[in-house]
Amino acid sequence: MDILKFITAGSVDDGKSTLIGRLLYDTNSVLDDQLEAIKKANRKNNDGTVDLAILTDGLKAEREQGITIDVAYKYFQTERRKFIIADAPGHIQYTRNMVTGASNSDLIVILVDARKGVIEQTKRHSFLAKLLSMKKVLVCVNKMDMVDYDQQVFTNIKADYEQLADRLGLENVDYIPVSALKGDNIVHKSVRMTWFEGEALLDYLEKVEFPEAKLSKGWRFPVQWVVRPQTEDLHDYRGYAGRVLGSGLRVGEEVIILPSGVQSIVDRIEINQQAFTEAENGQSVIVHLSTDVDISRGDTIISAAHPTHSDRSFEANISWFDSKPLDTAQLYLLQHHSKTVKIKVPEVLYKYDVNTQEQHYGSDIKLNDIGKVFIKAADEIPFDLQVDFPENGRAIIIDPRTNITVGAITIEQVA
Amino acid sequence: MDYLDHLEAEAIYILREVAGQFENPALLFSGGKDSITLVHLAKKAFRPGKFPFPLVHIDTGHNFPETISFRDQLVAELGEQLIVGYVQDSIDQGKVVEQTGKNASRNALQTVTLLDTIEQYGFDACIGGARRDEEKARAKERIFSVRDEFGQWDPKRQRPELWNILNGKINKGENVRVFPISNWTELDVWNYIKRENIALPSIYFSHQRDVVLRNGQWMAAAPFLQIDGTDTVDHKSVRFRTVGDMTCTAAVDSEAVELDDIIEEIRSSTISERGARLDDKVSEAAMEERKKQGYF
Repeated sequence: MDILKFITAGSVDDGKSTLIGRLLYDTNSVLDDQLEAIKKANRKNNDGTVDLAILTDGLKAEREQGITIDVAYKYFQTERRKFIIADAPGHIQYTRNMVTGASNSDLIVILVDARKGVIEQTKRHSFLAKLLSMKKVLVCVNKMDMVDYDQQVFTNIKADYEQLADRLGLENVDYIPVSALKGDNIVHKSVRMTWFEGEALLDYLEKVEFPEAKLSKGWRFPVQWVVRPQTEDLHDYRGYAGRVLGSGLRVGEEVIILPSGVQSIVDRIEINQQAFTEAENGQSVIVHLSTDVDISRGDTIISAAHPTHSDRSFEANISWFDSKPLDTAQLYLLQHHSKTVKIKVPEVLYKYDVNTQEQHYGSDIKLNDIGKVFIKAADEIPFDLQVDFPENGRAIIIDPRTNITVGAITIEQVA
Repeated sequence: MDYLDHLEAEAIYILREVAGQFENPALLFSGGKDSITLVHLAKKAFRPGKFPFPLVHIDTGHNFPETISFRDQLVAELGEQLIVGYVQDSIDQGKVVEQTGKNASRNALQTVTLLDTIEQYGFDACIGGARRDEEKARAKERIFSVRDEFGQWDPKRQRPELWNILNGKINKGENVRVFPISNWTELDVWNYIKRENIALPSIYFSHQRDVVLRNGQWMAAAPFLQIDGTDTVDHKSVRFRTVGDMTCTAAVDSEAVELDDIIEEIRSSTISERGARLDDKVSEAAMEERKKQGYF
């Protein structure tokens, strides 16, 4: 069994919370006392059935207003997979929450209202999916019950979306017609849409696999912590603890330590005090090197065969989360894995209109804006371009005056 | 990687970020299965080195004796430091007033003792075993969750948390609650306990016990529980699904004596884990309100 993380994008009106509620409800992931609490809350649909949307509304204000403010994480599992759903609000003023939820997902489910088709919001969500390099997009055409389960409606929307995907350069898009409210093609194949030959949503989610990375770019190992017991019997023990990004980290391999550029060789890999010859992508391990080198948190060990960039300036797409606009004169902090450096963002190259994807020049980057900027760092950062090695091409921006996370970047170009 | 390997690797990563980013962290240890799992994960993250944090237990004075003896034995085996904050001390100092009546519980008082302990030792990060699947307010909590000077959680001012990059920068007076097993479900924890062969206090397994019926739930008949002629006392085969203090944790009827039995029981259960927690039943937003005050 493995894990699939996905995000659902859409607004209140698209029936997003109902869709998630339906998935949880129909996979028996809602238990009696939770249902009882829902019944107590007494929120009903027009036809008298229980409003499943309430399952995902976690905060008091959200229940009172019937809206989703923040990202909520929901869990369910089947025999095949464990699922983690990031439920994020779809309105433009919550772009930051969508970006947050999407950053923690492999797949994005974009809901389209069958009556409305591809609208501005659909375009915005799709654009964000492209910017964040989502591995896969699933378009669910919802509310098919409101259009008499008409195949033509679905076919038209699909054709419209294909055009959009083409324009954005989105690959790996799939389509399912559903009714979250009535349960069509969610967990069970719909008997009212026999014309649809694909799988129901749950079946799809259980089986979907992601395209392999284009080619191996080696691995990167940001050091989080140095394990030094300093006991008598482990006097010389010096292990570098971290989580592997990428594949191919093995004993005997030649490595470079950044930023110092010192070279060494992997001497031992340990997990839970046992020795391994190799470590996989995503594993938390301890690495020992054959020579005595000075390494501390914030340094990155990389394979000598696959060097990263190690630069102080680059161009990046930026997503802004703070109510105070980006200040091109101010000092910020950039956190890239375990390394934090001072940066300036001296130049906004352009801002995107997230609805039309047009580039606007000479504008400020404000709350919920997305744009492209030039960044200058006080130290070298061992990064990759997002397009080459996504896991090593991202970072967050912190305002040192408030310590709040004010933005996120994906590195697009060496400047 | 298997899903448990993935969850484990993520939790170890988070624990190491705590070690790397904070000056004076602590691991909040309740003696329950989630915090015992955290200790196991900390061993994987830091051994053969020592833990870069002490274990901190907030003792209500109404804990199950089995939990306390388990705690002491575990700490002795680990060779790590244990700090205990006593709710009784907060009561004696007049900082909190004990509830009276039949449903009296010290659950709510713990928050004051916890915040005092954090302040006394100057902890800047407290690692906890809370999970997002437990409760809907928790579903929205970050992995690094910032608390203000008064220990309060403000759900509307949470920092965005992107990818696996965790921002542990805080202002003076603030501290962070860290939840390494946020993405685990109850079943994941049990499957992991089984796979890793982690020892647990005996009360998690079926045993014979005197229980009192309170508000439709079976409570352990403890000496400090007010029992009178109107109460139904029974002797039953029960186990505890969560382990809080004895005044707020109800028993469930169970014959599950092995881990496999428990896993099967949870799989087929129609009641959620916190369904046996009286502290959550107070209102629809009971957890959210307590979290805002500074609860775990």
